Amino acid sequence: MGGGAWLDLMLLALGAMAVLLGLTVLGLLLRARSRSDRMAPALDLFMTRVNSWWAMVILFTFALMLGGWAVVLLFAVAGFAALREFYTYSDHAPADHWALAAAFYLVLPLQFLFVALDWQRAFAVFIPVYVFLLLPVLAAIRGDAQRFLSRVSETQWGLMICAFCLSHIPALIWLGQDSARAGVLLIAFLIIVVQSADLVDYFVGRFWGQRRIVGALSPKTWEGAGAGLGAAALLGAVLSWLTPFGFAGAAVMAVIAAAIGQCGTLVLTAIRREKGVRDWSHLIPGQGGFLNQLDSTIFAAPVFFHLTRLWWGG
Amino acid sequence: MSDAPTNFLRRNAARICGNALVLFARGITAVRADWQGAEPVPRQRVYFANHVSNGDMPVLWSVLPAHIRRMTRPVAAADYWLQSPLRRFAGVEVFRAVLIDRRPEHRSEDPMVAILKALDEGWSLIIFPEGLRNQGPEPLQRFRSGLYRIARERPEVELIPSWIANLNAVMPKGEVIPLPLMCTVAFGAPVALRAGEDRGAFLDRAAAELLMLAPEALRTPTGGA
Repeated sequence: MGGGAWLDLMLLALGAMAVLLGLTVLGLLLRARSRSDRMAPALDLFMTRVNSWWAMVILFTFALMLGGWAVVLLFAVAGFAALREFYTYSDHAPADHWALAAAFYLVLPLQFLFVALDWQRAFAVFIPVYVFLLLPVLAAIRGDAQRFLSRVSETQWGLMICAFCLSHIPALIWLGQDSARAGVLLIAFLIIVVQSADLVDYFVGRFWGQRRIVGALSPKTWEGAGAGLGAAALLGAVLSWLTPFGFAGAAVMAVIAAAIGQCGTLVLTAIRREKGVRDWSHLIPGQGGFLNQLDSTIFAAPVFFHLTRLWWGG
Repeated sequence: MSDAPTNFLRRNAARICGNALVLFARGITAVRADWQGAEPVPRQRVYFANHVSNGDMPVLWSVLPAHIRRMTRPVAAADYWLQSPLRRFAGVEVFRAVLIDRRPEHRSEDPMVAILKALDEGWSLIIFPEGLRNQGPEPLQRFRSGLYRIARERPEVELIPSWIANLNAVMPKGEVIPLPLMCTVAFGAPVALRAGEDRGAFLDRAAAELLMLAPEALRTPTGGA
């Protein structure tokens, strides 16, 4: 990472912390002023979420400062936690034990190792081709044909989401190595843009949302989604100095990433509905599980990765 | 006095192993306590749980808050925990188990004597009233009578139903490698002996209270995990 990128990273981290400091002070003021107990649970949840964001920003800043390996390791751990949430509720039988063990202890670590070593060909085909063909064999060998297709499909789906797609977030570090803008800044760009669009979507939809997009499935509204995309465009333009895309280009990339992110939230909501779970886990206080937190970014990452590579002609 | 340093070392080794085990259990299964009917307070209690896996006792023990764990001892089978030096160390010094002999032909004293003695010393206990591990299709086997005798003879101790969910998926029978899937331990409201309630009725009611904490799929007759 060059000196310029280092300075940009510090600036970004300080900016994020300033925003969080503002939110923390706001929460404390509201808590001190509100006499009623009616607001207390909502305020507690707000403060819990802000505290979780503090933890994420600090952890993330450290990883980005330490460089490539630390970033890959951070997302490998997040992927492991996400896969654990997915497989806890996915369809599986005792006959899938070897396949699941291989997914946790071999496939996921190997995928992130390929990312860390920048073996792009390997990490692009390993899970979609080799694991796709070979993992069902581990299940078939055990001789249980009940719900076989459903079991192997859900096992593969978990790996595609939590290992393959998610690994495209840290893979961004290798893009733009020879340009002035370092890949780590692109990771920060992607995450800030997508997560902020989620937050705006959530709050606007909650207070002003009228028309639901998929009423049967999720409380997401057109108003919220529109506001989220608008916020992404604005934030993308403001943060265009992190990217090689230019002012307008950064806004467009931000909108694309946020839109695909919202699709990801919708798809994972459908899965949660099928499995009858509200939160994937309780590991991130106030936010639910790793999959609740990352669903949008996971969907956005591969597309963002490929579009960026086209841009740089890598 | 000559064996004091050894004791000191062993005690600390046991404490370190205990903490490592808690970290391991929480790291692997992300085990979460769900205090539905009882608060996590340091009151004297008997936690009674379903038994499907060898991991049940360590998981339930790990999920208790540290200050409650320090006053809680599992009731475990002597023939299993005294089999090798390693198991003896784990059972006696890490878990400080109240060891009882399951085989009537081998034992010299009624296992209830040891259990009641531990309760009189102020310990909370973890027990598995099904006795042996449940390897059949039913979610719960018939309870042994020990729970009834505790309820009758020490009515001041709270009996807390504790359902351990999903642990059989972490390590199904015959597997060696544990899967890092998430487990939950749900704690229900205390079950006390009612006036005039006989042994069978009480044990059935305690089992029903425990089963109420299980995930819905297990409670319905056609369900299975």
